[in-house]
Amino acid sequence: MKLPQKKSLLLVWGMLAAAALLPVLSSNDYYLGLGINLSQYVLMATAWAVFSGPTRYVSLASVAFYGIGAYAVAVVGDALPLPVVFLIAVAAGSLLALLVGLATLRLSGTYFVIFTFGLAELVRQLFTWYEVNITKTVGRYIFLEVTPRQIYWELLALLALLFALSWWIQRSRLGLALRVIGEDEMVARHIGIDVTRSKLVLFVVSSAFITLTGAIMAPRWTYIDPAISFNAVISFQVVIMALLGGAGSLFGPVAGAIPLSLLFEFLSARFPNHFSILLGAAFMVIVYFVPNGVAAALSAWWRRRGKAAA
Amino acid sequence: MNSSAPMLRVRGLSRSFGGLRAVDRLDLEVGRGEIVGLLGPNGSGKTTAMNLISGALVPDAGVVEFDGEPVQGLPAFKLARKGIARSFQLVRVPCELSCLENVISGLAFGPRGIWGEAARTRARGHLARVGLADKADVPAGELTYIDQKRLELARALALQPKLLLLDEWLAGLNPTELQEGIALVREIRDSGLSILMVEHVMDAIRALCTRCVVMSAGWVIAQGQTAEVLAHPDVLAAYLGGAAHA
Amino acid sequence: MQLIVELLLFGLTLGGLYAMVAMGLTLQYGVARIMHLAYGEWLIAAAFGAYAAFTYWQVNPLITLALSLPVGFAVNWLVYQVLLSPLVRRTQAGPALEVDSLLATFGLLFVVQGVMVVLFGGSYHSYNFAAEAVNIGGALIARNRLIMFGLTVLAGLSIYLFLSRTRAGAAVRAVATAPGNAPLVGIDVRKVSAITFAVGGALVAAGGVLASMFLTFSASMGVIFTMKALIVIIMGGVGNMLGAVVAGLLLGMAETLVARLVDPGLTLAVNYLLFLSVLLWRPAGLFGRPVR
Repeated sequence: MKLPQKKSLLLVWGMLAAAALLPVLSSNDYYLGLGINLSQYVLMATAWAVFSGPTRYVSLASVAFYGIGAYAVAVVGDALPLPVVFLIAVAAGSLLALLVGLATLRLSGTYFVIFTFGLAELVRQLFTWYEVNITKTVGRYIFLEVTPRQIYWELLALLALLFALSWWIQRSRLGLALRVIGEDEMVARHIGIDVTRSKLVLFVVSSAFITLTGAIMAPRWTYIDPAISFNAVISFQVVIMALLGGAGSLFGPVAGAIPLSLLFEFLSARFPNHFSILLGAAFMVIVYFVPNGVAAALSAWWRRRGKAAA
Repeated sequence: MNSSAPMLRVRGLSRSFGGLRAVDRLDLEVGRGEIVGLLGPNGSGKTTAMNLISGALVPDAGVVEFDGEPVQGLPAFKLARKGIARSFQLVRVPCELSCLENVISGLAFGPRGIWGEAARTRARGHLARVGLADKADVPAGELTYIDQKRLELARALALQPKLLLLDEWLAGLNPTELQEGIALVREIRDSGLSILMVEHVMDAIRALCTRCVVMSAGWVIAQGQTAEVLAHPDVLAAYLGGAAHA
Repeated sequence: MQLIVELLLFGLTLGGLYAMVAMGLTLQYGVARIMHLAYGEWLIAAAFGAYAAFTYWQVNPLITLALSLPVGFAVNWLVYQVLLSPLVRRTQAGPALEVDSLLATFGLLFVVQGVMVVLFGGSYHSYNFAAEAVNIGGALIARNRLIMFGLTVLAGLSIYLFLSRTRAGAAVRAVATAPGNAPLVGIDVRKVSAITFAVGGALVAAGGVLASMFLTFSASMGVIFTMKALIVIIMGGVGNMLGAVVAGLLLGMAETLVARLVDPGLTLAVNYLLFLSVLLWRPAGLFGRPVR
């Protein structure tokens, strides 16, 4: 992973600030909705890549965390102030990430992938069971007074925080540890790096951001039940976007998330019944033709141009 | 820690892979400030023994005592923090990191956890010691093989270890480089470290090792003062195959 | 007493299904080194095939079963050649193959599932075949479950005999244990992998037809079966056929016990609990070596 320069971070913050002006400049609800959708996917794809990029452990469980965030809001949203609700959501998501990480991250990536593959399904079944047998309500209503503008700005603020945190991590000791781990885990172990702990910290951070995204988005749903909030398609889209943009760089996933969110919006509106098929096909195309993602492919191309000019 | 105990004491160390006994009841000791050679033909279990001692592998049986403390079964990163550093038979230096970053990675996660400007200063010191001062910002992947070996050593020294495990560090060197390498290893020992080195290069073994342990097919066939061991008929037979005449 | 016999019968027959499905995935993952996330989708597809054949054309599921073997073989063979060999070539069958194949088959999962949803909708389906109760030791069990168990045993024995007694079987075992060395003794790893992968496809298709006889299924259940198959082969040790069978039976028993004695809504939780135990105590599987 290449270290992003400070000017890249400032540039991106500038773009976020500009993006934040959208609801002020235009009162068109459609564009705001689009902005919200784009922001949530940029957020999740970036958070996903924060972990899966350096460690190359593929997480297929993004929606498990997203759903927990949404459910936290659904369950305690009307009883507690929103910041507290968000804290609860983050705590719940982090706890799950901790459990999953402790069980799987000391082993090879295969176990992790398999575990996360079914995790969303497991969480969904557990929530369903709990709601059917214990609370005897399946499905909850969310009637919170949160405007779309608020949601949009919350998402952008979270995104700014994520970029800053990730930038800071890369320059920290943890960042160096991850770079060594990414190149040669055997070396990492022999120079005193607790490889499992490094991966665990990163996984919890990544999952916390995904959980919080779900929590922020929850008021938009008005009604959720386990089937809606733990929809595997979301996990899938997050992975595709991060891979297309390039999970190896901090701002790569943005390059993947924006065009794909727009594409998927379009496809799900035009072909609602065939969406899954088109999604799967799009994914396979990306895996075949762009193995390291657009960003890495671009930088490789840039390097080649630079070498040719030199 | 008991300062009269050897730096490293291994008793009955064993490890199998499936049906193959790679290391069979290995006993060896490295005294404080001593350089011990671990010799043997290819496939005799030397690198497996190194991996068991460095924590890369877990033994099936046996005891490893480091500085008086039993450490067998501990993961490599804990042993690194306790003071065991190593080089690898096929040199391993993260290619995308610069030489300076490579050495800093040895400083940052060790027992003293040095970071920032202090780390950069010390790292330059370590690079100078192995003769790489002018290559601090060069990516490790662009170095020559010899320089990569030096870098690996600098990184190992950055951990400020008490015990250094060298796995064929002096292999593949021309005579000048070999003499420089031998001098460097001697200097490292003189600065207070104990060294266990797997080696094939006879000149290096005779020049550096006070004692040698010879392995063949997983177990020890000879152990003792270097000159005696190297003249031992079993050792000659193991290397040359069959009965040998001195 | 009757309850115990019943639980045993139900557990073993369900376990038999899991064992057969796991054997197929063991071949695909342990030999061809493909993490086939779309595996369960083929099971469901075969189930729907049997359902459609029985419901619309009155075709006996046992005939569909016989057909499912060559069809499953052919489809998976195509999947390997068309979809997966470019990846095998690109990664030179190294560790990157696992990640690449998992991503590609993840995409395939959505395609196959999407097709089934379009064709059959998202609701649950089932049909009635050989559902008469048979009395064994006082317990009643459907005949279709017994058929399934019998066929699983047959499949297991055939595979065992093939792997241990034939030259081709030895080649398969060689590729599973030492793919780097197999070419040195003249084994065409690519061909063995392709054919083994296809055989795995035959097994999962057969499993799907058998499952359709006594289970209710929907288009989105593929993931659950893939998950269970993965858990079973991890439990049994990757590449270990016997391990897959034993672990499959174990899982079937555990699920049946929990479903009957605790709550039927917690079966996936049981799966994960078992998976977690394996991860924490013996990641290399019940019959495997320590990891480090």
